[in-house]
Order: sequence, then structure tokens, then C-alpha cells
Amino acid sequence: MKKHLLAFAVAAVAAGSAFAQAGDTLAKIKSSGSITLGVRESSGLGYTLGNGKYVGFHTEMAENVVSDLQKQLGLAKLDIKYQPVTSQNRVPLVQNGTVDLECGSTTNNQSRQKDAAFAFTTYVEEVRIAVKANSGITGIKDLNGKTLVTTTGTTSVQTLRKNKRADGLTFKEVMGKDHADSFLMLESGRADAFVMDGSILAANISKSKAPADYKVVGEVLSVEPIACMLRKDDAAFKKAVDDSIVRQIKDGSLEKLYDKWFMQPIPPNNVKVGLPLSAATKDAWANPNDKPMEAYEVK
Amino acid sequence: MNWDWQVFCEDTIERQVVQGCFGKNGDVTYLDWLLSAWGWTISVSLCALVIALVVGSIVGTLRTLPDRPWTVRLGNAWVELFRNIPLLVQIFLWYHVVPAIFPALKQVPGFLLVVLALGFFTSARIAEQLRAGILALPRGQRYAGMALGFTTFQYYRYVLLPMAYRIIIPPLTSESMNIFKNSSVAFAVSVAELTLFAMQAQEETSRGIEVYLAVTALYMISAFVINRIMAFIEKRSRIPGFIAAGGSGGH
Repeated sequence: MKKHLLAFAVAAVAAGSAFAQAGDTLAKIKSSGSITLGVRESSGLGYTLGNGKYVGFHTEMAENVVSDLQKQLGLAKLDIKYQPVTSQNRVPLVQNGTVDLECGSTTNNQSRQKDAAFAFTTYVEEVRIAVKANSGITGIKDLNGKTLVTTTGTTSVQTLRKNKRADGLTFKEVMGKDHADSFLMLESGRADAFVMDGSILAANISKSKAPADYKVVGEVLSVEPIACMLRKDDAAFKKAVDDSIVRQIKDGSLEKLYDKWFMQPIPPNNVKVGLPLSAATKDAWANPNDKPMEAYEVK
Repeated sequence: MNWDWQVFCEDTIERQVVQGCFGKNGDVTYLDWLLSAWGWTISVSLCALVIALVVGSIVGTLRTLPDRPWTVRLGNAWVELFRNIPLLVQIFLWYHVVPAIFPALKQVPGFLLVVLALGFFTSARIAEQLRAGILALPRGQRYAGMALGFTTFQYYRYVLLPMAYRIIIPPLTSESMNIFKNSSVAFAVSVAELTLFAMQAQEETSRGIEVYLAVTALYMISAFVINRIMAFIEKRSRIPGFIAAGGSGGH
């Protein structure tokens, strides 16, 4: 009897995972009446307020996508299950079906495109340099002999390495455990500059004790398209998400969201990030596409 | 599961597979980087182990001195301070908080701070083990030393400590292996050791499984080598009839 139960359980699990991997996310959403959204706990585009509340530019945009999906599927009610993801687990969680749509701050690049699909680019991240306002550093040429901090597990480390090679600079590179840690190194003088995504720099500066003491300087070191990630080979679901993004661009709701999260005071501290819409992001909205990072050139 | 072990032969700038897997002319491959990270892990661990053994021995001995209540209390305070605070928190205290109080420490590299933090953390544990080892000896040994006219230093040196160290070799072995595994916290203060390598390389190459397997193997090799060395010492320092050998009972 027990053996039968076990066999049945194994069969059920196998069927379940086969179903999850069948790649028909729309059918899965329709039958279950819920969608699992991958969100970030602390990132420039999405973060948590605690108590299971997730907010931010990309999180809210994803909620708009979900309400469009609900309309398209003709569902009276569509539950959103929020699943926090990290840099380490986001790709596997999308691949194995735990997360249906991940809208955090994931860079669309060629190596990830082997494992997952990306919706249209909704934000273009520019890697910049933050320094103390009185440091006299104005660009990458001033960084010779200085100590630079960046965060472990980000693509900025690669950017830094490439620039080191291209410009023949010698600088010391240290790595923070996370963004808060990296910023603390800049704040406490352990590093002269913090190299990271512009939105993360702006957010950290706005939340610091004395925002006026820091500024973002110099050229754009690298350009990275940020997009929502979804399972590979699910054309119908990707089209539904892309359609919703185009709708949000066309009717101006994406721009309104941008203004809300980057130009107005935001919770939890009611501080402005103050990062105006970049030309690169505007360009991505004018020509919706899902090109990977490798297709972008630093201007 | 399709493996891609070639990833270690790629250079870290263009991700092109390099002939022979080792970078030339200043180029670095992921394999080069992995080996350098292993070097950092071993350096941190061995330096911390030396500090832990020296400090742990002193503190552990002080805690068993007769008629010295304040020395004993000081030793107890050391042990309780360093074993009650999580290791990662101690690292941050050394790296961010202590330099805020003593600005001169800002120039001290993260490597040294992490060695001190890990060394002191482990010293508290070794001190406790050594104390247990000394207290496990029959009282008669201490009295015999005194009856011979030894000073306190002498009967510790010639009677108590040689026996106590032999007793605590097994827990000391685990402690030495632990230090290799605990050294992984060093990534938090940007020492480029194996854990930092794993986090960074898996992000750059998206081959997390291969990267983590390689790093796991290196941690296991390092800890196991220490285990073998300690097993050798244990065998050579055994006194027949005194330390339980092969389960045949104690003295």
C-alpha cells in the first residue's frame, strides 16, 4: 500500500515538473489563478519595505504587466506571489519554474540568454563612478594609483578590469560584500571611488548621512540593458509581457512610474533618488527591443 | 546536466579560451585566479592558526593558574568576548568600527585584520579546550610537580602542558580544519579568497555549478591536508599506556 502511495507521489511530482517545464506559462497562470513574480529585496529598481511588501520601479511595472495578463486571460482574479530572488539564484529559479517572471535588476546579456529569455528592455543602466565631492576626481583618468571599490558578484568588476587594461591605469581594487558595504568603504575613506550602476550609486548617496558630500562623476563606463527575465521558449508568454510593456510605454505610464520612483521622494525614508531619465533609457523605450548588452556600445 | 569545465581556461577579460589554461603576458585566466584565491585562503588560515595556537595556549593556561583569581577572570573574559560574538560581526568590528575609534588602523590591510579576527576567535575556542585538557589531568600530577620543587612555570612546562596537549589533539584537529572553512568570511573585507572568487566568477561566467564544485574541492583538500598532518602528530606524540589508543581504555 505504501509502495503504491510512493509510486503515485513520484508520478505526481514527475507530472508536475513536466507540466512546469512544458513552457506554457499562460496556461499555468490561467489554471492556477496565480503568478509568481521574482523581486529583489534591495536594488535600485526594486526593494522591500518589510512585511512581505515589495515596491520599486520595476516591481510596480511588473504588477502592471500582471494586470494586463489578467485582462488578456479574462480572469476575474489573479494572485501575485512575490518570491525574493538574489543574483545567485534568479536564473535557476526562472529555469525550474519557481518564478514565472523576474523583474529585478537583471542585465540582459548573451551568456544569460542561453539559460533564459528576456522581455523588452525597460531600463538602461549606466556604470558610473561615485566619489567624495571634495576628492578632485573628475573621471577615470584621475583614478591612477587610487583605491576603487565595487561590489562582489556584479558585472562592474569586469567593467573595471576592461578599463584598467584599455587605459593602462594602475589602481587598487577592493570588493564590498554588498552595495551598502561598498558605500561604507567610500564613506569611511577605505576607498577613493565606488564604481557601480548609476541607479545604485544615486540611491546610496540619497540615503547617506550627508548626500551633498558625494557626487557621481566622469564618463559612462559601460551600458547594460535591464529587462524582466522569463522562461526560454515560451513565445506566447513573452509576447504577452512585451505587449504590456509597449502599452505602458505608449500611454506614458512607464514614464510616470519612472518619475514616481526616481524623481519624487520614495519610502521608506522619503528621500529623492534624483536620477533623471537617461538618453539611453529613452532610446530603449522609443525602439522597444530585447537586444543583449553586447549589442550596446559605450558612447 | 552539461558540464563546461573549459570555463576555467577562459581569460577574465574577453572570455576566450586560452591555450594551456594559464594566462600569459599579464593575462589572467579563471584558473590563475582560482589558484591565487586558494593561496589567499591558505595564507589567511595558516596565519590565523598560528595566532590562535599561541594566544589560545597562553589564555588557556592562564585560566587554570592556582591562586590567581584576576588572571583567571581576565582569561575568562577573553574567551567569553571572542566566542559570544559571531565571526562575521567580529570581522566587521575590526574593519569598520575599530578604525573609526583609532584612525591609524585605517591603513591596516584587510588581510591583517581578518587574520587577527579569525585568530582571536579561534584562540578563545582553543583556550577553552586547553583548559579542559589541563583540568582533566589528575590533581596528583600538579602536586607531584610541586613536590619535585618545580616552580609554577616549570611544572606547567614539564608536567601539565605536555600531557594536556596530547589529550586535546582531537578537538585541536577539528579546530585547525575549522579555521580553513571559517576563513571564507574574509571575502567580506575584500580579501580575494575562494568564496569571493566563487561569487564573482559565477556571476561573470554564469557557470556557478562548476565554479562552486571547484571551490568546494579546494576547501576540502586544504582541510583534509591539515587533518592528515594532525593525525600524524597525534600518532607520533602518543605515550603508550597513557592516552587512549585504539579504544583499549585510558590510564
